[in-house]
Amino acid sequence: MIATPIFIFILAMWILIILGGGILVLTIAPISISGFGEFDMILSSGFKAIIAIILVMAWILILLKMKKGIFHKMLKF
Amino acid sequence: MTELIIPAIVSCIIAFLTVYLTTPPLIKFLEKKNYTVIDKHKKGQVMIARPGGISIIAGIIVSEIILYAFLQMNEILAVMITTFLAFLIGYVDDRRVMGGWFKPIALAVAALPIILLGAYDSDLAFPLFGEVKIPLLYLAVIILMIPITGNTINSIDVLNGVASGFMIITSFSLSIALFILQNYEIAIVSLPLGFVSLAFYKYHKIPSKIFPGDSGALTWGAMYGAIAIVGQVEIVAAIALLPAVINSFLFLASTKKIVEHREIKAKPVEITEEFKLKASTNKKAPISLVRLIVSSQPLSEKQVTFVIFKLATFSGILAVITSFLMLIKI
Repeated sequence: MIATPIFIFILAMWILIILGGGILVLTIAPISISGFGEFDMILSSGFKAIIAIILVMAWILILLKMKKGIFHKMLKF
Repeated sequence: MTELIIPAIVSCIIAFLTVYLTTPPLIKFLEKKNYTVIDKHKKGQVMIARPGGISIIAGIIVSEIILYAFLQMNEILAVMITTFLAFLIGYVDDRRVMGGWFKPIALAVAALPIILLGAYDSDLAFPLFGEVKIPLLYLAVIILMIPITGNTINSIDVLNGVASGFMIITSFSLSIALFILQNYEIAIVSLPLGFVSLAFYKYHKIPSKIFPGDSGALTWGAMYGAIAIVGQVEIVAAIALLPAVINSFLFLASTKKIVEHREIKAKPVEITEEFKLKASTNKKAPISLVRLIVSSQPLSEKQVTFVIFKLATFSGILAVITSFLMLIKI
């Protein structure tokens, strides 16, 4: 089938989203910074944002690797 | 639940009929005013009316006003205002050539009504693993969501009928997911999006009589994103949108910057003498979903469209499976 690698890529992205979500919940959910008064929420949100950005960057890097692997034959332009 | 049946049926019929009945006179008006563009994938100088976003937004606004009269929810107001602002942004882009950054920044502003009306929940829900509370971070998610969904739908609007057909499949998948998650009110709010797309598809399918333009594509994308936020189905919505996300991802990965399609000199696909689409052999040309689809052999526009619809259906099924997984906690 013409688009089989694209179906595989979509399936791989779906699995990555579910796994990534799991990692996000397990790493971010327990984070709670206290002792800084009114800055507690800002600090914990900032910390959560940093972790989320790192995870998204890792997700994009994995996708780029997968793109080369899955579309290897298709991308011989 | 039963009290929602009448508003749902009325709004869906009105959404469909508004677009179905207003698009033919809109086509005539646009052709008379010479608001047309060349269909590059057809033989000869075939001119197509644009933008069809006017009838799309009419269908959405009328149906959502009816729903608001019945349900009086802030979420409906937020979806309506954000969608209308996105339409205006698209309409400006249809009339004047704007820079590559105009739409993302303007669409971020269009997301503000969702925040100002408090039509969101800052918990981000994931399948199987539960929720994560991100009160401040979620504001950034809202601001980013509308530009991403708007531009993603805009980027898939490449061939006759693709954007409208794609929206039919994705928006109904999202509605099904919302019903599965028992978020009935937002599910009903989302239904007009599918019915508007269905009515527009009649005139947009091959051979197109009208193009949605940026105003149409951004209207679809912004409403889709707004529903994902107010319905708390951000992850499900992203999964249903995966073929378009792949298109944007491949494009950005190859160009390495945000650019307007019209600014791209080396086109990703070329037209053969038989008016089939074939992958460009130019190494500088960006990679797109269509370029991947036609990489092994040239295909007709209809064949490529059919492949994209199959990919959208596959993603839609994954989105529905994901909504079932949202009900399970490990």
